[in-house]
Amino acid sequence: MLEIKNLKKSFSGRVILDNMNVTVKDREVLSIVGPSGAGKTTLLRCITGLEKADSGEFLIDGQSFNPQGTDTSDSVIGVVFQDFNLFPHLSVFDNITLAPTMVLKKDKNEAKAEAENLLAELGLKGKGDLYPFQLSGGQKQRVAIARALAMHPKILCYDEPTSALDPNLRREVEKLILGLKQDGMTQLVVTHDMEFAKNIADDILEVSSLDKLNQK
Amino acid sequence: MSLSYISEILPSLFQGASLTLQLFFWTLIGSLPLGIVVSLGLTSNIKPIRWVLDFYVWLMRGTPLLLQLIFVFYGLPIIGVVFHRYDAAVFAFILNYGAYFAEIFRGGLQSIDNGQYESARVLRLSYWQTIRKIVIPQVVKIVLPSVGNEVINLVKDSSLVYVIGLGDLLRAGNVATSRDVTLVPLLLVGIIYLILVGICTYLLHKVEQRYSYYK
Repeated sequence: MLEIKNLKKSFSGRVILDNMNVTVKDREVLSIVGPSGAGKTTLLRCITGLEKADSGEFLIDGQSFNPQGTDTSDSVIGVVFQDFNLFPHLSVFDNITLAPTMVLKKDKNEAKAEAENLLAELGLKGKGDLYPFQLSGGQKQRVAIARALAMHPKILCYDEPTSALDPNLRREVEKLILGLKQDGMTQLVVTHDMEFAKNIADDILEVSSLDKLNQK
Repeated sequence: MSLSYISEILPSLFQGASLTLQLFFWTLIGSLPLGIVVSLGLTSNIKPIRWVLDFYVWLMRGTPLLLQLIFVFYGLPIIGVVFHRYDAAVFAFILNYGAYFAEIFRGGLQSIDNGQYESARVLRLSYWQTIRKIVIPQVVKIVLPSVGNEVINLVKDSSLVYVIGLGDLLRAGNVATSRDVTLVPLLLVGIIYLILVGICTYLLHKVEQRYSYYK
């Protein structure tokens, strides 16, 4: 279970998130929705350690962790970026195995075998030797998911998983997320698409703009 | 333009070409790594490092290479640093080309999308792992055409070493031309430069092809 308590974040005096509390239960999907500019992405970036929160507490299974930490015990969050951010010069296999071999010091063959399993599960069997530019948007997203899962995160976070894809792929993403949920993955999905959020989420958190508060 | 005359002067031209090539290789071996390190410094967040390196690049690009050669060979001994002619040339060339390469690499570094760094970061790669495995391979592909330009320039810039009395290819041709009062040696010099640059162009093209496996 991921708990975030009293998260506060401001940029040069402008408060974006104030007193924010988020809970994601094990094996559940939490959607964070809200209008653009409300701070959804900022919230996600604080959780994933890409931004430093001004204050707040991060707990995983009751234990505190530092999203910006470099300790292996801090390595609890996996991220699927909006534009996937695959490494264009690396094959699908190398995209997935780079971090497990370099960071977790896993054996190359072991990492590759694991990557093969992940690809098979995600319907990408036989695509391991291709490069990102040879994949469709949906396939790239699944490679990004495989890359994140290879680090064995406790939570998988998505930033707007439908926005870089063809609208008719939305159903596919829903199935994908629900499939991972059945496998026991805890997931947090930031989206502006309310219908999508309702289809996948056990719980929905609405973030509203703090601009009124700022005007006071 | 008799064949016997050509075969008579070719050995001295080849001797000059050999110095040109040695200078060429040592300059590349020294200036490419120097350029990479300086470019990382130029893009760092630490201001004093940037100031120092900005000054270095300004100095190297702001003065003629010919002048730098003269200063290294004739000027540095004044403060007690004495180089042999050849070492002085290599030293000046590495410093000069390192600055140009650094600016080319800086452009390459800045064209890498921030998302690549963020991806690497959430995967917990360290700074150096990110630079080595993610950034540099992509930068190399981006900067290859510009680096190729400098490499070809270097073949010809090496002729500037005549100013500190080194006998390179062009000087060998000059000597023969003024001794024998004929342009034939310089014509041959031109042909040898063209062949050298032709080989460079071919090799650079091969390297670019090697990096064309992804878009």
